[in-house]
Amino acid sequence: MGAYLVRRLATLPLLLLGISAASFTLLNLAPGDPAEIVLRQRNPAQLPSQAEVEAMRTELGLGAPLPVQYTRWVAGALAGDLGKSYVTERPVVAQLARRTVPTALLTAAALALALLVAVPTGILSARRQGSPADAVARLAALVGAAAPSYALAYGLIILFAVKLSWLPALGYGSAEQVILPAIALSLAPMAQLMRLIRASMLETLGQDYVRTARAKGLSEETVAMGHALRNALLPVIGAMGVHLGYLLSGAVIVETIFTWPGLGQLVVGAALTRDYPVVQGFVTYIAVVVLLVNLAADVALRVADPRLRFGREER
Amino acid sequence: MRARCDARNRGERVSVPAIGGRARQWRRWTASLREPGTTLGLFLVVSLLLGGLLAPWLPIDDPTAINLPARLLSPSMTHPLGTDHLGRDTFSRVVHGGRMTLLAAITTLALSMIIALTVGIVSGYHGGWPDTALMGIVDLLLAFPSLILALAVAGALGPGLLNVLLAAGAVWWVGHARIIRAVTMGARQMEYVMSARVAGAGNLRIILRHIAPNIIGPIVVIASLDVGWIILGIAGLNFLGLGAQPPTPEWGAMLNDARPHLQTAPRLLLIPGAAIFLAVLGFNLLGDGLRDLLDPRTMHRPEQVIRPEQVINRLREPEAAIAEGSTAIRAEPGRG
Repeated sequence: MGAYLVRRLATLPLLLLGISAASFTLLNLAPGDPAEIVLRQRNPAQLPSQAEVEAMRTELGLGAPLPVQYTRWVAGALAGDLGKSYVTERPVVAQLARRTVPTALLTAAALALALLVAVPTGILSARRQGSPADAVARLAALVGAAAPSYALAYGLIILFAVKLSWLPALGYGSAEQVILPAIALSLAPMAQLMRLIRASMLETLGQDYVRTARAKGLSEETVAMGHALRNALLPVIGAMGVHLGYLLSGAVIVETIFTWPGLGQLVVGAALTRDYPVVQGFVTYIAVVVLLVNLAADVALRVADPRLRFGREER
Repeated sequence: MRARCDARNRGERVSVPAIGGRARQWRRWTASLREPGTTLGLFLVVSLLLGGLLAPWLPIDDPTAINLPARLLSPSMTHPLGTDHLGRDTFSRVVHGGRMTLLAAITTLALSMIIALTVGIVSGYHGGWPDTALMGIVDLLLAFPSLILALAVAGALGPGLLNVLLAAGAVWWVGHARIIRAVTMGARQMEYVMSARVAGAGNLRIILRHIAPNIIGPIVVIASLDVGWIILGIAGLNFLGLGAQPPTPEWGAMLNDARPHLQTAPRLLLIPGAAIFLAVLGFNLLGDGLRDLLDPRTMHRPEQVIRPEQVINRLREPEAAIAEGSTAIRAEPGRG
């Protein structure tokens, strides 16, 4: 386990370097001169003069070759400095930090909601395979997977905020304001998790040891909930990293709709104004989070499943 | 005697579900949805295709014709879905939006498939360091949320529908390359590939004639299951304002356009939303149906029985790969 952890941790910096280098290259090779973009953003009324563009290029350090720029960026990143926003001229790190809490709140609420619904539904659906309840759950999962979060979000706003006025439509701050965005965000992962749990539970219920448990005369309840469930939930742990990715992707859209002051809203604004330092900082930040969660999920899986642990260490 | 027979029968009955049970369960869980579901999917996809293909020739209004006196009209005989804030016919915009969506999805799909095929075949057929390098990139990208990556690419390129398509295509191939690589590696070890090689066939010929047919089935399944996701993703980027710009009739952009009218004309948000939903649902249902017909797992089942020759081939593989290295590099597609 220790060796495994060390190996995984050792590859993390490499992965991060890879992702940040890729996005850095991409952003810097993209058409358009960042210096000109910055000047246009700050003063859309007039075209910047050649002298202004040159001055800005020097200010932004764009004169140096790309590898030098990237090395500077990495050195800064290691010291906790991801540069300044082209548009607001505020440090990227401070902006990312300020927006982390709202996004964390929203994704946590959505994930909790998704699990709360998906786990019992998936189990029920698998245990009553072929029943009307199973059919309804599967249909719901199919619909949930096809529903675009943006359309769903507006459906929720129109129904609960405009027509019924039960809940606030937009904004951030109170507990009530979390409800609608969390529902909108949770639906897609909910549908996928439900299908995953159902499939995994069905597979586990067909295993030899489950048959043994049944043959011993244990009640179906004990067999399913005591013996099968633990193994059936393992893929869910493994898929956590992927689902966090879905949630963060979804949050980009949902935050924009609900004017939720999170990372998603920040990066959409930055992408629209071509605020490269913010986009670059965001991509790197998300890479760190996703890679760490993936690692945590893999470690948790090995803790929970001795087969993986021993299988790997024998080699 | 009787007891032994019973035991054997019981034994068989017990062992069969362990192997065939999953497939049967799988079939059963699709069976109830298969008939009506696939039919509905087919219906939705065919209507989308027809509407999309025929949009310019249908007797509907110009989707971009502005008519301010007729703005925000409720549905009526002349405007079955009403008009938007600029007096444009919503029905016409939805139909033309479908055309746009289809075009965008097909372009993205084609783009991502070209990348996935190149990477997957090079990786699976050649092996060695290109395989290691390419799969390293794939692992890197797989770990990263694709919509966020697409957002970064679209942000780098600047707003525009073409840029969104490039961005989506550039991130969408990743998972597929893996599958194509696995299929290629499997096909490579077949005897007919060996005999083709012995008969003097070049790598390109082997790939096109003997390996490609194995890849077609999985690709059809992947593609059909993918279209829905691609539509969702592209409409999402368009909705964020990164893609299609007004007045282009595109569902995501229409949603974005209608945001100020949330209170007064929620219809303008619900209609494109429903259009996206139905299109995605249609492709997902159809994809599920197709997968049942063409499931790579069922298709390749006979080949999963490992024969002695295969074991020998596998053992020989490292040397064979080195020996063939020089020719393999020359004939690789998508290189140099």
